Amino acid sequence: MDWNFTDTWIVVTGALCALACALPGCFLVLRKMSMMGDAISHAVLPGLALAFLFTGSRESLPMFLGAAVTGVLTALFTQWINRFANVDRGAAMGVVFTTLFAIGLVLIVRAADHVDLDPGCVLYGSLEFSAPIVPGEVPRAAIVNGAVLLLNIAVIALLYKELRLSAFDPALADTLGFSSNLLHYLLMTLVAVTTVAAFESVGSIIVIAMLIVPAATAQLVTRRLLPMLLVASAVAVLSAVLGHLGALTVPPLFGFSGTTTSGMMAFAAGLIFTVAWLVSLMPRRRGAAEGHRPGDLAAGP
Amino acid sequence: MHHEHPPDYPLTVHDLTVAYQRKPVIWDVELNIPEGKLVGIVGPNGAGKSTLIKACLDLIPKTSGWAHIYGKPYRANRHLVGYVPQRESVDWDFPVSALDVVAMGTYRRLGWFRRVGRKQRAAAMEALEKVGIGSLAHRQISQLSGGQQQRVFLARALAQDARVYFMDEPFAAVDAATEQAIVTLLKELRERGRTCLVVHHDLATVGEYFDWTVLLNMRVVASGPTAEVFTDDNLRKTYGGRLALLDRAANALTRS
Repeated sequence: MDWNFTDTWIVVTGALCALACALPGCFLVLRKMSMMGDAISHAVLPGLALAFLFTGSRESLPMFLGAAVTGVLTALFTQWINRFANVDRGAAMGVVFTTLFAIGLVLIVRAADHVDLDPGCVLYGSLEFSAPIVPGEVPRAAIVNGAVLLLNIAVIALLYKELRLSAFDPALADTLGFSSNLLHYLLMTLVAVTTVAAFESVGSIIVIAMLIVPAATAQLVTRRLLPMLLVASAVAVLSAVLGHLGALTVPPLFGFSGTTTSGMMAFAAGLIFTVAWLVSLMPRRRGAAEGHRPGDLAAGP
Repeated sequence: MHHEHPPDYPLTVHDLTVAYQRKPVIWDVELNIPEGKLVGIVGPNGAGKSTLIKACLDLIPKTSGWAHIYGKPYRANRHLVGYVPQRESVDWDFPVSALDVVAMGTYRRLGWFRRVGRKQRAAAMEALEKVGIGSLAHRQISQLSGGQQQRVFLARALAQDARVYFMDEPFAAVDAATEQAIVTLLKELRERGRTCLVVHHDLATVGEYFDWTVLLNMRVVASGPTAEVFTDDNLRKTYGGRLALLDRAANALTRS
C-alpha cells in the first residue's frame, strides 16, 4: 500500500466531514427524524443549482447560502404539509424532498450547459480530488468541513440542555419557555449547513450515512447523551480511516484498481454498526450487577 | 349569559372551544378554579379532558375563547404553571437519567444557555427523594418501571415549583405504591397552597382524592366542590348510557 500526504489529507477531510455530520445526527436520531437528513441532503440540490445559475460560477459563498436556504425550506415545507394538509410527517418529507431534488436535477442539467458541473460529482462527492497536490497546502474542503464542525460543536455546547430538552419532551420545552419550534429549525439549519459543506467532499448520498449511522451505532452502546455524542464522533473518525484504508486495499483483492473513499466510508460505518449491534445482542454482565431490572419490580395492575 | 371570572383564580376559562379538523372536541367551556384545590377533571374517553389541559397551556390552538392563569394569558404567566404530560408522550429509551429529567424542571429559572449546576442537581435530587425514588436517580429512564417513570414526571413538576399544576392522567397504569405516593404528594402541594388540576379516569377514587370536580363531556356538565357536583344525576349526564361505568359510579357514590 502506498501512503502519502494526499492520503493523510483525504482521511483528515473525511473525518472532519463525518464528525461534523455525526453531532447533529445524534439529535436527528433522538428526535426520530433520521430521514430529515436524507431529505435535506437531497433537497439542497436546487439551491446549489440556482446559485450556479445566478452567479455563473462555483463560488462557494452563494452556493452555501443557496443550499442552506433550501435546506431550511425543506424543514419548513415538511412542517406545513404535515400540519395544514394533515399528511403524515414521513410522507410530507417524501413529497417535499423528491420534488425539490427533481427541480434541482432539472436545473443542474440546464446549468451544466453553461457551467462546468458534473452531476456525478454532486451525488458521490470528490474526496479524492479535494486533497492538495502540493505538500504543505491545506485543502479547502478540510477548512470548510472543519469550520462547520467547530460551528456544530459550539452550538451544541451552548444549547446542550435546550436541545436535549426539546428532543426529549417538546411540549415541556414549550411550557418552560424554550420554543421547540425555534430549536427544531436551528437544528435543521445546522443539518442543512453541514450537508452543504459535506456535499463537496462526500456527496449528497453519503451525507445521510454520516448523519445517521454513527449516531445509531452510539445509541446501541450508550445510555447517556454525552457518551452518545462521543461514541458517534469516534465511529465517524473510524469510518473515515477504515473507509480510506478499505478503498486502497480491498478493490485490488478483487482485481479492481480502486474505489471511492466516500463510498467505502459509508460501508465502513455500516460495518461498525453491525459489529456494535452484534455486541449489544450479547448478554450484559453489567445488568446483573446493577441489581434488579425493571421487570423485577412491581409494575402495577 | 354573563360570566364572572375572578382574576385572582389560578385558572379561569371563558367560552373555550377547540376543534380538530373542524370537528369540535370541547365546546363553550366556562370554568373558574379557586386556589388551593385538588381538582379532578373527570369524563368518558374522548370527552376532551387532555384537550382542555393542552388548550389552556397553548399546546394546541384554540378555536375560540380564552383561558387565563391568575387573570392573565398563559404566555404572561407561564412561570406559574407546572405541566405533567401523559407518560406515553415521551420516548423512555431517550439517553437521560432520572435525575437529568427531573432537573429539566429547573430550566425555566435557569434560562437560556446556562448549564445545570450543583444547585439544580440538588433541587432535582430533593424532588426525587420526595417521591420516594432517590436511590434510582442515576438510572437510565428505560430501566424504571411504569410507576417509577410516573414519579419521575411528578418529581420534575415539583422541581418546577409552580403555583398551579396541570397533570394529564398521572394515575394511569401505576402500581398501588405509586398511587399512594402521588396522593401524598398532591395533599402536600395543597397544604402549600398550590392548585392541581388532574385528569382522572377512576370514578371510584374521585371522592377520596379531589375536593373539587369538573365533569366534562365536550361541554362542562358540572364544576364545583366534589361533595356537591359528584352526584348520580351529574354522572348520568356526563356518561350517558354507559352502564358499566354507571355501576362503578354508583359504587363510588355509596362508598363516599
